[in-house]
Amino acid sequence: MSTKGAYSYDRGLRQTVDWWLVLCYLALVVIGWLSIYASIHSTGPESIFDLGSRSGKQFLWMMVVFAVDVVILFVVNPKLWEVLTPPAYIVVLVLLVLVIFLSRDVKGSHSWFELGPVKFQPAEVSKITTSLMLALVMGRQGFRLVSPRCFLQVALVIGLPMLAILGESETGSALVYLGYMFVLYREGLSGWWLFAFAMAILLFILTLTAGWWLSSAILTAVCALCCLMLLRRRWKTSSSFRRGVVRRTVLAFVAGAVLIFATRFIFENVLQDHQRSRIEVLLGMKEDPSGVGYNVRQSMIAIGSGGFSGKGFLNGTQTTFGFVPEQSTDFIFCTIGEEHGFVGCFVVIFLYVFMIYRIMQDADRSREAFTRIYGNCLAACLFMHLFINIGMTIGLMPVIGIPLPLLSYGGSSLLAFSVLLFIFLALNRQENKYF
Amino acid sequence: MEINRKNKLLIGLAAFALLLLGKLFYIQIINDEYKKDASNNSMVYADIYPPRGVIYDRNGEILVGNSVCYDILVTPRDVPEFDTLALAEALDTTADFLRERMAYYRKYRSRIGYRTVTLLKQVSPETCMKFAEKQYLFPGFRSQMRSIRDYPFNAGGNLLGYISEVNSDDISKNPEYEAGDYIGRTGLESAMEKELRGEKGYHILLRDSRNRLQSSYLDGREDKPAVPGNNIVSTIDAHLQQYGQQLMEGKVGSVVAIEPSTGEILAMVSSPGIDVDVLAHIGEHYDSLSRDPRKPMFNRTVMASYPPGSVFKLVNGLIGLQEGVLKPSDRYPCNMGYWYTRTRRLGCHAHSSPLDFESAIATSCNGYFCYVLKNILENGKYASTADALDAWREYVLSFGFGEKLGSGIPAELGGNIPTSDYYDRLYGRGRWKFQTIVSLSIGQGEIGVTPLQIANLAAIMANRGYWYIPHLVKDSENVEIDPKYKERHYTLVDTSYFETAVDGMYKAVNGGGTAGGTALAAAVPGLDVCGKTGTAQNPHGEDNAVFICFAPKDEPKIAVAAYVENAGFGATWALPVASLMLEKYLTGDICPQRRYLEKRMLETRFF
Repeated sequence: MSTKGAYSYDRGLRQTVDWWLVLCYLALVVIGWLSIYASIHSTGPESIFDLGSRSGKQFLWMMVVFAVDVVILFVVNPKLWEVLTPPAYIVVLVLLVLVIFLSRDVKGSHSWFELGPVKFQPAEVSKITTSLMLALVMGRQGFRLVSPRCFLQVALVIGLPMLAILGESETGSALVYLGYMFVLYREGLSGWWLFAFAMAILLFILTLTAGWWLSSAILTAVCALCCLMLLRRRWKTSSSFRRGVVRRTVLAFVAGAVLIFATRFIFENVLQDHQRSRIEVLLGMKEDPSGVGYNVRQSMIAIGSGGFSGKGFLNGTQTTFGFVPEQSTDFIFCTIGEEHGFVGCFVVIFLYVFMIYRIMQDADRSREAFTRIYGNCLAACLFMHLFINIGMTIGLMPVIGIPLPLLSYGGSSLLAFSVLLFIFLALNRQENKYF
Repeated sequence: MEINRKNKLLIGLAAFALLLLGKLFYIQIINDEYKKDASNNSMVYADIYPPRGVIYDRNGEILVGNSVCYDILVTPRDVPEFDTLALAEALDTTADFLRERMAYYRKYRSRIGYRTVTLLKQVSPETCMKFAEKQYLFPGFRSQMRSIRDYPFNAGGNLLGYISEVNSDDISKNPEYEAGDYIGRTGLESAMEKELRGEKGYHILLRDSRNRLQSSYLDGREDKPAVPGNNIVSTIDAHLQQYGQQLMEGKVGSVVAIEPSTGEILAMVSSPGIDVDVLAHIGEHYDSLSRDPRKPMFNRTVMASYPPGSVFKLVNGLIGLQEGVLKPSDRYPCNMGYWYTRTRRLGCHAHSSPLDFESAIATSCNGYFCYVLKNILENGKYASTADALDAWREYVLSFGFGEKLGSGIPAELGGNIPTSDYYDRLYGRGRWKFQTIVSLSIGQGEIGVTPLQIANLAAIMANRGYWYIPHLVKDSENVEIDPKYKERHYTLVDTSYFETAVDGMYKAVNGGGTAGGTALAAAVPGLDVCGKTGTAQNPHGEDNAVFICFAPKDEPKIAVAAYVENAGFGATWALPVASLMLEKYLTGDICPQRRYLEKRMLETRFF
């Protein structure tokens, strides 16, 4: 990236700020704003700036957020974030718990603080503080993930806000925290954990759709295969390693078997009704075109009807006329899919993926563990939101109400993601400046 | 590329991105189903109903027009709590009715879903205006324009016919119809359905997920306008038709008037008939109409088959002349009738005797025509009476009897002219002879003809031997009638023989008392009316009265046949109707010395 000497002190803005990221960010925010306008177009705001409408409000928010971005990037000393992290983390955690008791019931969840006209969702901010806290904890000198003490710390940092959010009945937001698994992996967590997690999901789905005998067979086969492959390794074979392999295989098998036989119980007793029916619809176990299936069906119709190049800006018939519910928030992607077709979808997904890629590259290049871990947390959050949200609109994921970062309508979401991103940009700039 | 953890994560990222794009590619590009669903979802094809073609009479008067009415539609899903009383008042209906309907919609809400249903049909424009003023109070309700039939003239209910909504039967027979369309059921509406119906169009409207209409699609560029039905010009003379209906009021029977030179039907009255007021709202009256013992929906002019009575003597006489078994100068005795066996007599009324052909027509002598038919059937030319009868039948058929005329009027009957086979079956082969079927000679017995066929006979007499298929529709701008209606049909009787018969008909009317004419009352000063009475015996009660006439004698303009059921002598009841109509048509008025006839006819009602 740099053609100048490694210890140059006169590197200007052009070199220090990752402008590609900023560009992607701005592009997505503007696309989001236009899509919000398109999705409410039929109900009649004359202008995209009409402050009574969602697009106008979003525009106001954009202005505020851009100002905040500039402040974070150029005014605040990035070291401040490290200092602020522990108190901020604790404050947000307290807020997360408080909101359960102090908020109104909105569609069954208790996640919004309402202060007059301003609504605020601590769960959004919690992503920032959790990422910062995780970076702080894991970036310490001498932190080793494999040590039980460190692992417990990490588990607490991620687990506490996750539990609080689950307590708010915001299961979707809580699921995002699973994305930190990728960060842990990057920082040394064994890949077997990811594998085991993926297997657990597979077994769960298979048990529900095909029955317990098939998932048992697959579990047995996979365990046996993994065990055999590990045992056949010629190097590093000590008796303790072999014993360890066998022990862990048996453990995994038992865990898998327990999961298989608990699946029904979890599905029927632990999950809430709407969650259960969303999963049933996704897996095709239940046809429900007017109820839960309606959203997904309408969303897929809207996106599918866009074809290759879409119907054109403001010409969508499905999204503009309210067939798709939550069209300017969680289902904003439908508007893009319908009005701009596959091309538009491709562009949007490309922008996200490029952003995530760019963040991971920058993080990886960073010399400070804090920046690296924080960057990966950011990438993981973005990825989880991207995949869950778009996956939900096209029937790959169950309906999970989380916004599409930067695109969905909503000030607190936009602000949270912008702060999340620009703290990283500021950290990155700091490093580029001095190294 | 180094396989480190970062790169593995990047590969994972790419894989997930490809998964998303792959599914998008599938639903957006490969699978078409979603596009179809989208247009079903969001586009409403709102029908535009074409105005049905207008039916004009021959002089340009509108017989059947259109007037605007409205249907009130409701989308039950969109209806919030509302003031039932206020809506009932705005719609001119009762609150109970609305409550009942809304309860019904609630009961079947899952079946109705987001659909819009019809609450009230054919609401008047005034009511609709009242409703429109308050419509904003009642979300979910709206009105839709329809056109209904409107009848400026109370003329021709039966021949015009009515329209009604198609039923599932019609739809399965004609797939181009959809529920809610109207179709002609009877009369001209049915016969000319293809021309009158026009073509439906549609507005494409965009609707939102709650079935609320939002705007027109592409500003209506893809809309299809409705094509109005073709107007048709009927051959009916509205005033004559109306006059005929007035004369026939209170009587059971029919009158048909034909323009002989074209075969156009000028008037076609079936009494009792359907009032045009009833036609427009046939649905409300259908039950009482179909229960009426006098069958007002029954178009007697083509659907009733009667013995023709004495008017048929014209046919027999003409056949006799053509066959050479009768000369106009031949005289036959009549001794109060014709003794066809030693003990059995076919009676006749008092008149001078013997008579020649012309006078026999004028006085309608039964005996004379018994001789005529005897000569026809016992003609040495034919091997047997049966053969002679079949030859006779051929002649009769050439007058348009015995088979459908092909007028295009729905449910037209052919009537019945007996064949030798028929009598063979009845009596046994060779077991019958002229004497057995003597009543045929005076138009009785096994003969059945429709009033339209009798009118056609009048037209044949007027034309001296040829006829056009009587029809109800004229050529007009957009509609060309079947060329068969412009084709002359000649009878098998040479045209030269007709003159004598016509003279007889003239004498019947204008012969004065001494000639014993039976139709003296039909005489109209200045018009050379020719006529022939008939009294057909009726096994069900009083005789049926028949009268045919045409005028003027040379170049006739109108031929009329009247058939009044159970009314006694033709001269008394059928004659005035036919002759008054004839006079009205030709002079536009009734001359003072005949006003008494008109008065009597208008005042006499049998029921």
